Amino acid sequence: MKFDDEPVPGYSLPILPGHVSPGRLERVLRAGRFAVTTEIDPPDSADPAEVLRRAAIFDGYVDAINATDGSGANCHMSSVGVCSLLTRVGYATILQMSCRDRNRIAMQGEILGAAAMGACNLLCLTGDGVQAGDHPQARPVFDLDAMSLLEIARRMRDEGRFESGRAITDPPRIFLGAAENPFVPPQAWRARRLAKKVAAGARFIQTQYCFDPPRLRDFMAEVADLGLLEGPDRAFVVVGMGPLASARSARWIREHVPGVHIPDAVIRRLEGARDQRAEGERLCCDILAEVREIEGVSGAHIMAYRQEHTVARIIEETGVLEGRVPWYPGRDNPAELNPEAPEADLDVAASGTG
Amino acid sequence: MYRVRRWVVRHARAFEILYDGFEPVLKVFAPLVARLGPERLERPVAAVERTVKGFLFDCRMCGHCVLSATGMACPMNCPKRLRNGPCGGVRSDGGCEVMPEMRCVWVEAWEGSRRMRHGDRIQVVQLPVDDAEQGRSSWLKVVRGEHAREVAGVHEVR
Repeated sequence: MKFDDEPVPGYSLPILPGHVSPGRLERVLRAGRFAVTTEIDPPDSADPAEVLRRAAIFDGYVDAINATDGSGANCHMSSVGVCSLLTRVGYATILQMSCRDRNRIAMQGEILGAAAMGACNLLCLTGDGVQAGDHPQARPVFDLDAMSLLEIARRMRDEGRFESGRAITDPPRIFLGAAENPFVPPQAWRARRLAKKVAAGARFIQTQYCFDPPRLRDFMAEVADLGLLEGPDRAFVVVGMGPLASARSARWIREHVPGVHIPDAVIRRLEGARDQRAEGERLCCDILAEVREIEGVSGAHIMAYRQEHTVARIIEETGVLEGRVPWYPGRDNPAELNPEAPEADLDVAASGTG
Repeated sequence: MYRVRRWVVRHARAFEILYDGFEPVLKVFAPLVARLGPERLERPVAAVERTVKGFLFDCRMCGHCVLSATGMACPMNCPKRLRNGPCGGVRSDGGCEVMPEMRCVWVEAWEGSRRMRHGDRIQVVQLPVDDAEQGRSSWLKVVRGEHAREVAGVHEVR
């Protein structure tokens, strides 16, 4: 999708009537197009070029990039840092914010800082427990939970107030999102729990990895029955998925990554394949094609940790973008290219200054 | 105690009736509390409350008791101190992500709420806890009439 008022990189789009943010993700979703998001693996490094290199992999295939916030309770570059680097060259980012590591003073300050740096989307998360990561000795904070963080962020935006009630001069224009995991207990509550998040302000929902489309179908039917997919305050469900590298890694993920449900049939399918990695990618394509057809699904969130290069192939293969080329730096104006994109090297080499 | 608190959740309806009866009784003491000064009563009442609710619910004395909206399962026993429902890390057997040997507090809460007449209060978005209230008595809040507002939360879900 192309907007005739496409911004200069680093500057925001105008906010359309009925929209809350100047971001592309909200535009794509509200226009009813199938959105594709992905996540960047934040580096264990202070090198800004590394962040841009990792983002360039997705050029032309995704509408927004999630910057994870210490995912799995492992320490990496902060999500605000990653988002700030990406928005400088114009990428649309989804700032992930987990309640594990900061109290409400830090989090509200960070929402303002991130919005000022051009982050238009905020994904409010509870966060994995510290036991899951590389610093199990850390003190878990959990001053807020995902729900109260949403509520506070919504008030900051709509009422221009901190939780304390103190006024904010220029409120953050952010599109709010939350996560949901339809695949773990208490399954009977999951759709209604999502209703709670929508009531607290969530408009885009990114789910945990889906390896069980029939379960997702039931969940989406419940969500639709609750009226969450209609009206101006509707939610947009973006389904998480990703390629599995092998049956062994699938088993490891199932045991060690909190909340990932992988049915036995999936592991058997991988085991039966000669090239398990290729089969994992095919499985992801199959899931994406199946999920695309489920009533009420608004997009896919492809998490391809350490297999980022497969994202483009998965999108191409399934054709979910229907010929649309999401904006990336340099799409319309080669002068705006991400300096770390491979094409940028070619340009430099061609002009002989490299 | 873990076994006691699970027993309580299994009898959430009975405890709901008990609590509904307990509230008017507490309110009878309002004039007396006002005369004696609520601050003077804070420590002794909180001590009794800590003992009773500690035994029954593994109460952590957060000062914002929402048991009637959480299926009689105390949400402060969640290692992530979630007040609005389960996280996405619940194990397939209903075990807690952080402490696998413990059943997820919110799986319990959901089951308890289904047994209660006003179980749908679990759908109300609860405000974050005021940390300065830690250790203070919720019963005295009931007496002062401050409690209902808190449990009412911020949003009824459509």
